[in-house]
Amino acid sequence: MTKQTFWGYRRENNRVGVRNHVIVLPLDDISNAACEAVANNITGCMALPHAYGRLQFGEDLDLLFRTLIGTGSNANVAAVVVIGIEPEWTAKIVEGIKATGKPVEGFAIEQNGDINTIAAASRKAKEFVHWATEKTREECEISELWVATKCGESDTTSGLAANPTVGNLIDKFDAQGATTCFGETSELTGCETICATRAIDEATSKKFMGTWQAYMDDVIEAHKTSDLSDSQPTKGNILGGLTTIEEKAFGNYQKIGKKTKFIDVLKPAEAPSKGAGLYFMDTSSAAAECNTLQAAAGYVVHLFPTGQGNIIGNPIMPVIKLTGNPRTVRTMGEHIDVDVSGILRGEMNLDQAGDSLIDMTLRTANGRSTSAEALGHREFVMTKLYRSA
Amino acid sequence: MSSTDFLVHDSTDTVGVIVVEGVQPGQELTGLIMDKNENVTIKSLDPIPLGHKIALNDIKDGDMIIKYDNEIGKAIANIAKGGHAHTQNVKTNRW
Repeated sequence: MTKQTFWGYRRENNRVGVRNHVIVLPLDDISNAACEAVANNITGCMALPHAYGRLQFGEDLDLLFRTLIGTGSNANVAAVVVIGIEPEWTAKIVEGIKATGKPVEGFAIEQNGDINTIAAASRKAKEFVHWATEKTREECEISELWVATKCGESDTTSGLAANPTVGNLIDKFDAQGATTCFGETSELTGCETICATRAIDEATSKKFMGTWQAYMDDVIEAHKTSDLSDSQPTKGNILGGLTTIEEKAFGNYQKIGKKTKFIDVLKPAEAPSKGAGLYFMDTSSAAAECNTLQAAAGYVVHLFPTGQGNIIGNPIMPVIKLTGNPRTVRTMGEHIDVDVSGILRGEMNLDQAGDSLIDMTLRTANGRSTSAEALGHREFVMTKLYRSA
Repeated sequence: MSSTDFLVHDSTDTVGVIVVEGVQPGQELTGLIMDKNENVTIKSLDPIPLGHKIALNDIKDGDMIIKYDNEIGKAIANIAKGGHAHTQNVKTNRW
């Protein structure tokens, strides 16, 4: 078979993106207004407002920095304006992104005020937009494509059709040297020991089980008030016919295919460092949190199977939606990029469904807007580990 | 050829997934056991929505529910063959 290729933007650090965003990134919640004002002033740049960044400490602060620096460093981003309330942490974000070699400049509001900051940052954003819009795409191999996956508002059709369709793509892309990622620590509960057997070696398997157990102990057991039956499965999952977390987990697990082994376990928003292959990332199973962490780790395309119809998007990473549920195709088709409901009717097999998802993934990488992009979904949500100081 | 009304992941499973809309009590349903590519027929006892599960044989209170060739929970009430298996009669083993 001939090698599959796509047309991407090669960045200064040789990484390849599929979008060419100029972003205006707030360090903290109170800098959102200035960032949004810059994005209003300058056509062609995008603000990424979020809810945190003040008085965080320890691991939680490390995660904030990793997420913001990772987002700015993502190859889908051409250039970055950072705005923060004070200069020191603002500079930390700027320096982190600067390591990629891409244009980045920071602005601090204290002793300048919003209006002067917005004026200066708008001039820089305009300069970046002119610069970025002269970039052109070049032909790249699948081995340069970083693809993440996560499912949402799953139902039993997810485990029958949409999730194994993603798995079929993962197996085919793994053979071509792609870098891929799955997560959702709590949502593997019930098939965690089977998932652990998909690690490349014993050490990685142990690292996976340690990560899963820590989530159970430190997050679930430490904070639950009764059992999790009201949250996992979600009310939407239950409406769609999923009854227990174990059933949901076995459906979820279909996303990593039948053959591919995962080669490492990543912390939230940690960039892969062991080369091509499938990575597991320790994430929440909430869609916006998980997708934000995967984009911050450097993934440039996202595959999102849904059953009942999750509508998630991401500001910098195109999110491709697929479903096997014929009712969801009928009632909310504007959110669906790939319809694999033919699997349930026996009209399509998994191999054909996987090929149609590959086709849409390459078209999306080449520039086609996803449904989530066209509908303006830009969910950018920090994972918060604990209360701020 | 009759169309498929429900799908069964593995031949060891005790539940199947309804993949058509509007299943009514008394309806004769055709299922496909996917790992063996074999057909099976069952009469539905309940209205069962698309995506919800049908019991493939009589399941007793306390029995493990098998899907994907694995335990996905336990019965907390008897479920007759053809009955709707969901949160009213199945519970997780985990939390």
